[in-house]
Amino acid sequence: MAKTHVMTTINGEPVEFLCDTRQTLLDVLRDELGLTGSKEGCGSGDCGACSVMVDGRLVCACLVLGVEAEGGDVETIEGMADGEKLDPLQQKFLENAALQCGICTPGILIAAKALLAKNPDPSETEVRYWLAGNLCRCTGYDKIIRSVLEVAADAKGA
Amino acid sequence: MAADGGNGYRWIGKRTIRPDGVDKVTGRANFGADFALPDMLVGKVLRSPYPHARIVSIDTSKAEALDGVKAIVTAADFPEITPENATFGSSPPNYRDMSRNLMARGKVLYDGHVLAAVAAVDSAAAIAAIGLIAVEYEILPHVTDVVAAMRPDAPLLHDDIFTAGAGPKPEKPSNVAKKVAFKLGDIEAGFAEADVIVEREYRTEGIHQAYIEPHAVVASAGADGQVTIWCSSQGHFMVRQYCAGLLGINIADIRVTAAEIGGGFGGKTTVYLEPVAVALSRKAGRPVKMVMSRNEVFRGTGPTSGAAISVRIGAKRDGRIVAATAELKLMAGAFPGAPIQPACMCAFTAYDIPNVEITGYDIVVNRPKTTAYRAPGAPISAYGVESALDELAQKLDIEPLALRERNAARQGTRTAYGPTLGVVGFEETLQAAREHPHFKSSLGPNQGRGIASGFWFNVGGESSSNVHVNEDGTITITSGSPDIGGSRASLVIMAAEVLGIDVDRVRAVIGDTASVGFNRHTGGSRVTFATGMTVVQAAEDIVVALRKRAALTWDIDVEAVIWEDGEARPAGDNAGKFEALTLRDIASQTPKTGGPIGARRSIMAQNPGAAFATHICDVEVDRETGQVKILRYTAVQDAGRAIHPGYVEGQIQGGVVQGIGWALNEEYIYGDDGCLQNAGFLDYRIPVASDLPMIEAVIVEVPNPSHPYGVRGVGEVPIVPPMAAVANAIHDAVGLRLTDLPMSPPKVLAAFDSES
Repeated sequence: MAKTHVMTTINGEPVEFLCDTRQTLLDVLRDELGLTGSKEGCGSGDCGACSVMVDGRLVCACLVLGVEAEGGDVETIEGMADGEKLDPLQQKFLENAALQCGICTPGILIAAKALLAKNPDPSETEVRYWLAGNLCRCTGYDKIIRSVLEVAADAKGA
Repeated sequence: MAADGGNGYRWIGKRTIRPDGVDKVTGRANFGADFALPDMLVGKVLRSPYPHARIVSIDTSKAEALDGVKAIVTAADFPEITPENATFGSSPPNYRDMSRNLMARGKVLYDGHVLAAVAAVDSAAAIAAIGLIAVEYEILPHVTDVVAAMRPDAPLLHDDIFTAGAGPKPEKPSNVAKKVAFKLGDIEAGFAEADVIVEREYRTEGIHQAYIEPHAVVASAGADGQVTIWCSSQGHFMVRQYCAGLLGINIADIRVTAAEIGGGFGGKTTVYLEPVAVALSRKAGRPVKMVMSRNEVFRGTGPTSGAAISVRIGAKRDGRIVAATAELKLMAGAFPGAPIQPACMCAFTAYDIPNVEITGYDIVVNRPKTTAYRAPGAPISAYGVESALDELAQKLDIEPLALRERNAARQGTRTAYGPTLGVVGFEETLQAAREHPHFKSSLGPNQGRGIASGFWFNVGGESSSNVHVNEDGTITITSGSPDIGGSRASLVIMAAEVLGIDVDRVRAVIGDTASVGFNRHTGGSRVTFATGMTVVQAAEDIVVALRKRAALTWDIDVEAVIWEDGEARPAGDNAGKFEALTLRDIASQTPKTGGPIGARRSIMAQNPGAAFATHICDVEVDRETGQVKILRYTAVQDAGRAIHPGYVEGQIQGGVVQGIGWALNEEYIYGDDGCLQNAGFLDYRIPVASDLPMIEAVIVEVPNPSHPYGVRGVGEVPIVPPMAAVANAIHDAVGLRLTDLPMSPPKVLAAFDSES
């Protein structure tokens, strides 16, 4: 099967790649572009470990086709920190021990950042419902929810 | 980072940043599926669509002819392991069963049982080839229920299982692989003495560990027979040993590198893909990568046992328990090996009861072979026992917490399985629960509060670490224990504590199987205790070496040198005569003082120190929908000593939430066809953020005398109390005694209906 040529932007950089039309964006990121920070936990949009932003929308990369990235703007976990300077969410997750195994962490950070961009001062309930599509089996969510709320409070205080 | 003391320690008890943290928040950490090699093939497996069938034939010829297919293996490509050679070594798995589990031989025994594997140039070709393998099955009757499997006329999974442990060898084979029994005192005399007796039967369903990372491996077999494996597991030494045993390879010819592991909870303490990937790589002469889908994880890998439980407890009017029995029937899956031993051991150990009888049965059914899940077996028996205690408290009109206080096990209490308890902190958890504001808070209509406690014995075992002083005075720890929840942070803290230096000058890595001595897998809540001990001892060896180097530099006796605040100082008569030497100073001079400084320790860690927990759970029950909402949850636990309190709390919170899932949502659902109906996260519902409140973890510290800093394992006991805590809270809220997990809305509604 002939591959399709796709031109897109990933984490602010122009990127082009060839992919099968049936390849998901997650497969393209991980297998073709070596961006393995987005994880596959289910392949069916249930776990959120592959959460990325496409044109400002939070999506599961396993439910988007690679060819759909044509002309788009994709943001992944690899683009979240600015060089050595971590995003406040990344820093807070480290300080609060809000990760254990870390497999869900990239997806949760992307989703949490999308929430704060949309709603800078969410309630605990709003954070819990926003992150309900991101499964974590290690932490019981407690420290994750607290971290997101603390980052929001810090931004408000600053 | 401030080192502000407080508990008398420089670092122990501080919430430091974990050494692997930045990699995990930036996507840089490499998990099982993130690794790749040039020229790598993709491996896929064929799984049985039937729960029980004889394999009449497997025809791979069409698949082999497909473009891009490089190798196909079936059971014929694996050494057949005879019953006589099924085990070797001191603490052996059953290699015969394991071999037949990862590649069916003769029969398929569950929906999802692997029959063949393909390696091809890409995923599409491998999947197409799987579809071209023709299997002729002779379908056999199946059994997926534990009680049905015990009946004399039940479909038989294996014709060579004769119940062990039940007196003389039975004449006929059955599905009951083993019976175990523990007895203490005189059970009949005990019940004769009782004023009040409660008796109840309970059921639990099979549930999955449901780690978010599916199993993944890359294996590369060289033409010289040398094998290299990269994979995510709870024990890369375990992977090495099992691959050697299953494939007939010398252990020295296999090297395994541990990827970061995306959760395991016991489920990654065995092998599924690794030996298959090695076999494919040997046949194809190229590296092979295999990654499971979520469907495969649910259908093919170890859930924990569903069970039928019966509990009987007798007490005096004053609340003193005088007799208790439990009968535990646990599903093993398709091969023997349910966690009946620990389920029985943990049933009544939290209480000082003079007369106890516990019987357990290991039963094979047409389901995937069970694997360890967090305190294997203990949550199952605790669900029954802690629910029955709640009922007993009501019958006696005693507060449930007071009943536990009156009967709590303490140092010197004899366990039903033999030993007496050492220094333990169960009473301290009960006291902290009683004093907690949660315990005194008020409740509204349809709301209720449940109390439950739990015990887990914890595990020690083999651990090895290397600790090296680098040329600039920084420290590298190489451990052999995969870090599943932050244990590298604990190892760094303990080394920094011994050496008196900043944690930022210590790094911990997980070495491959060729870089460090043998380590038992990460499990049994053992790593911070046992592997931590190797790091403490090796760091102490290094302190001795550093003092010697300073003594040599100053030309004084080593006894006249002390190590304090991260530097060598002259002491006694020499005090103040020489300027102190820091670790950095000594490290920079090692070429002149005898060469590199390093230490390694390999130990068999003993006396891990038992763990106890007491949980308080508030729920609200919706009488219309049957939904149970967790309103508030407090989990008190004796951690011995919390090296990194953040990760101790995390273990407690995570364990509690897994227990809440077990209590309310999670279950393996089998159809009449014997096939798993909910093999995905949409239908097998683990708790999500919006299901839960904050989980308050309260750490009490009763130090374990067998560890230099008092550590007890913390990872497992938090999953022991929640199912009963939730059940007891539901009873307190609406008066329903639910005895069948999960306590999902349909079951709650049915209970309301049968009540009215």
